[in-house]
Amino acid sequence: MTKPLVAIRSVSKAFGEFQALKNVSIDVWPGEVLCLIGASGSGKTTLLRCINQLTMIDSGGIWLDGELLGVREEGGKLRRLTERQIARQRLKTGMVFQRFNLFPHKTALENITEGPVQVQGRSLDEVRAEAIELLRRVELTTKADSYPSQLSGGQQQRVAIARALAMKPMLMLFDEPTSALDPELVGEVLSVMKELAQSGMTMMVVTHELGFAREVADRVVYMDHGAILESGRAADVLGSPREARTQAFLAAVI
Amino acid sequence: MRAAPTLAEGFPDLSQIQIAREIHWRRWLAAAAIVVVLAAIARAFAAGQIEWSYVSRFLTAKVILEGIVNTMVMAVLAMALGIILGVVVAIMRLSPNPVLKSVAAGYTWLFRGTPLILQLLLWFNLALVFPTIGIPGLWTARAVDVMTPFLAALLGLGINQGAYTSEVMRAGMLSVDAGQYEAAQAIGMGRLRALRRIILPQAMRVVIPPLGNEFIGMVKATSLASVIQYPEVLHNAENIYYANSRVIELLIVAGCWYLLVVSILTPLQMLLERRFARGTARINR
Repeated sequence: MTKPLVAIRSVSKAFGEFQALKNVSIDVWPGEVLCLIGASGSGKTTLLRCINQLTMIDSGGIWLDGELLGVREEGGKLRRLTERQIARQRLKTGMVFQRFNLFPHKTALENITEGPVQVQGRSLDEVRAEAIELLRRVELTTKADSYPSQLSGGQQQRVAIARALAMKPMLMLFDEPTSALDPELVGEVLSVMKELAQSGMTMMVVTHELGFAREVADRVVYMDHGAILESGRAADVLGSPREARTQAFLAAVI
Repeated sequence: MRAAPTLAEGFPDLSQIQIAREIHWRRWLAAAAIVVVLAAIARAFAAGQIEWSYVSRFLTAKVILEGIVNTMVMAVLAMALGIILGVVVAIMRLSPNPVLKSVAAGYTWLFRGTPLILQLLLWFNLALVFPTIGIPGLWTARAVDVMTPFLAALLGLGINQGAYTSEVMRAGMLSVDAGQYEAAQAIGMGRLRALRRIILPQAMRVVIPPLGNEFIGMVKATSLASVIQYPEVLHNAENIYYANSRVIELLIVAGCWYLLVVSILTPLQMLLERRFARGTARINR
């Protein structure tokens, strides 16, 4: 019996008056590709950000690889972990942002080597060889010495994916990775993600690309007003949704 | 509307005709007027009671040269102290820790809120408050021996500069997109490492022009240290004119040196700006 890689239990999060997540529970299994869909403000991005602790949850618990995130139990109480412990937990996840967030003062190659060298303390020679291999994987071998400002949006996002993979994460989180791209550049990023999914990486993808979800996702989760309304096989949720609100959303998007 | 394959008539081809150069006669007139005014001022000074031979003789006098060296040494050291303090205080100010935040805000409030010359006088006269200073049991000294004009000027100018520089650094750090900090966190960086590797290098690009401004201000602010006997160029020029009464001549000498130093600093700043502009679209071709 395998265990879920991510176990999310009764997680809630509010930003002031706004309840972003309401009592969310879900499991993500090793090797699974999970797509999160829903209207903006439905909590998809917040859920993703809670998993790598860029946002701290108000209540509930998230376990990654069996380890409770952000807090530890001590004498019937929960105590927050130190910043250093949280940084260590983040190493298990790789995050890809909507706006790429590449480091503009570093080349594509330096963006990729920064984490392994500075954070994991590995030797630059060894890391550089891996980085060049990662650039080949995202088909950007010739752009190693380019700065982000010299790359197209699609190329920047592929470098960002390579940067996240360089840390050898067990889980990749994608926060609307193609939403900031010109339409003709979406395909190249999705194909890199598809290749990654086929290689067996566990992925959680917030996306509006329903075609990608249908083709690549093992499971699609529809979120609405901070809660999971419907989840199941991609063909079921996208093809014959049970909930009226899911139907309305899909009708509006397609 | 008709789908016309030919272009409509009445719009002649202008592509072979050049655009004529205009004569900006009003600009010429204004320039001529300025030249006349400058000539009149130059003539007034030439005819005035200034012994120009004194200016040229003292321009390279040993005491004056020593003075300008002391001015530069003090400006560089005090600015270095100011930048170190400024970075530390800016980081404290932006930290989530309320104690660090309050300490940083208090420092800025105190040292920006009082005149620089008053702070210099206080440091120089610290012996009046604490006749002896030191670590009990280990080392003690008389404050008058420790608080030399050099040290008082360095502390006064540097600590005051730190209060201003911290605000410049804070502005630079706030100018870096919040996504940069999140991306650094996402690859496992702690707060300090993210600041050092990711945020500060990007902030530098923004803060160099205002820091250049601050440094030029510092070069001139060192002249205030003349009141606490620090032998910078203005202090030495004053000492000469106390002896020979050539007040204006020596003030002109000091002024020339300040202008020269500031003129050299401007191209240096541009070199630095280029260094930190790596990766920005405006430099890449």
